[in-house]
Amino acid sequence: MTPLTSSSTALTPTWAPIRGARRLWDRLLGPLAFMATLLGLVVLIVLLIDVFRDGWPRLSWKFLTSFPSRKPEEAGILSALVGSVWLVSLTALFSFPLGVGAAIYLEEYAPRSRFTEFIEVNIANLAGVPSIIYGLLGLELFVRFLFPVTNGRTILSGALTMTLLVLPIIIIATREALRAVPDSLRQGGLAMGATRWQVVRDLVLPQALPGALTGTILALSRAIGETAPLITIGALTYIAYLPPFSLEALRTPFTVLPIQIFNWVSRPQAGFHQAAAAGIIVLLVVLLTMNAGAIYLRNRFQRRTV
Amino acid sequence: MSVSPLEKSLSTREATSLLSFGRKRGLRPERFLELFFLACASLSIVTTVGIIGVLIFETIGFFREVPLWNFLTDRQWTPLFAKKEFGILVLISATFLTTVIALIVALPAGLLAAIYMSEYASEKARRVLKPALEVLAGIPTVVYGYFALLFVTPLLQELLATVGIKLSGFNSLSAGLVMGIMIIPTVASLSEDAIYAVPRSLREAGYAMGATRREVISGVVLPAALSGIVAAFILAVSRAVGETMIVAIAAGQNPRLTLDPTVPVQTMTSFIVQVSLGDTPTGSLAFRTIFAVGMTLFLITFILNIISHAIVKRFREVYE
Repeated sequence: MTPLTSSSTALTPTWAPIRGARRLWDRLLGPLAFMATLLGLVVLIVLLIDVFRDGWPRLSWKFLTSFPSRKPEEAGILSALVGSVWLVSLTALFSFPLGVGAAIYLEEYAPRSRFTEFIEVNIANLAGVPSIIYGLLGLELFVRFLFPVTNGRTILSGALTMTLLVLPIIIIATREALRAVPDSLRQGGLAMGATRWQVVRDLVLPQALPGALTGTILALSRAIGETAPLITIGALTYIAYLPPFSLEALRTPFTVLPIQIFNWVSRPQAGFHQAAAAGIIVLLVVLLTMNAGAIYLRNRFQRRTV
Repeated sequence: MSVSPLEKSLSTREATSLLSFGRKRGLRPERFLELFFLACASLSIVTTVGIIGVLIFETIGFFREVPLWNFLTDRQWTPLFAKKEFGILVLISATFLTTVIALIVALPAGLLAAIYMSEYASEKARRVLKPALEVLAGIPTVVYGYFALLFVTPLLQELLATVGIKLSGFNSLSAGLVMGIMIIPTVASLSEDAIYAVPRSLREAGYAMGATRREVISGVVLPAALSGIVAAFILAVSRAVGETMIVAIAAGQNPRLTLDPTVPVQTMTSFIVQVSLGDTPTGSLAFRTIFAVGMTLFLITFILNIISHAIVKRFREVYE
């Protein structure tokens, strides 16, 4: 077998007794690997401590309900928070049906053909495209080309760009959930004379839905932290009003939490850095809540199939 | 020689398509839904075509004004100044620099973490460590940018001052280091999948020949999992090249052709951010420039992703 022959130098049967350098290396690798595993976690903890130390004193009800300001001590996060909620809601609305639909096609309908294989490879490749490239696509397609629909650099353009960005993640997760549904269920339904869509709707989807929802929430938590593509399509960094609570809101300029944080970090004043840290805490709490929701769904799902 | 399709074993999916063949009529909504699902799946192709089309279209416009030769060989990058020069090498050097620094952190740490989780950790510890490490990948990049600029850089400035090195407030060193931490889970998770898939019998053969644990890992397990590990490494490179916010925040906005990690630089991604933040009129040369840079970025990551997939597909050892 190749792995053994290729490593034959290491496995020449003239073994020295296990002592000296041989023993030392053997003893060292375990602790070394353990420390490498901890490295990331330690940095994560230091990061969280640093952010909370800088941002906690700044966090208040006033911070959550104020608009950004030129004065660091008066700056608040309201418009960014509302913008993020709008953006994520719209992205969910667009991407969930599209992603689940694509997954249903690939798992339940698609014939084994070159075309299907091409779609699969294509989705895997799209998941690896840097997010800022999606921003360039959104800039040209939604901001410029579809200007009459989107009105330019607006919430709608942002949500459409985000939809394209998160679709591969949702499709991959939903396909996994669909694949986990036993085939006997489908065969049983078909044997009873159900059509293919009836089988999908009544038997397969109810089983796969929690998995699909979990994947969608994780994809959306990616969307809520994304900054680069939204900067590229031209989200603003200073918004001192809220969008109207109507469909017109879709066609208004916007900002989101990570962009507001980026803006504050880029300023020289220490006061804005504290505001950025406080903004990061808000962002992390939102993310934590979403992930907790995903874990809750996953656990419920696991209990039910047992 | 003709084989009836029913003689082969059919998957449920194929069997259904035979069943529904006779009833296509009277099932209009069914047909409509199937077309809708097909359209959803095809959207991914539309997206790819859209990305490539948009990039090519604007890049052609760019190269009408700037000769390709200058783009590839100029030593200056000043597209926003009066005297414009478009040497993409300047941006590539910064991207290369931050990427290499990130990989110096992420590759060894990620691989060792993968080794620990699959070879040393108990099943219980593994179940805690793996998701904990995944949290690192879920932190928004703007947060890492904050951390790199306002925590890591001041810390490194103090440390390096003791050995007489002056670290600028914006530099590729701390951006690269923090980016490396962020990429650890990518490397660890994919490498661990590959290492975990190596069958026990291979390890036992190694032990039976008298090898120590370290020798079994480096002489048997890692070579057997090599294709998966290499694929993980390439994906990590692609992530680092395309990473935007950390470098835009912590590495600076100063395009210069250098491999000095202590000075401010500008990567391809942070140039796109810089132009997008300003009020650049659509259709101007500066506007086209970000698409030319985007095209370069896309080509690099696309080639890396394809190589990674090809390695996994071609060199995967399949064990029964």
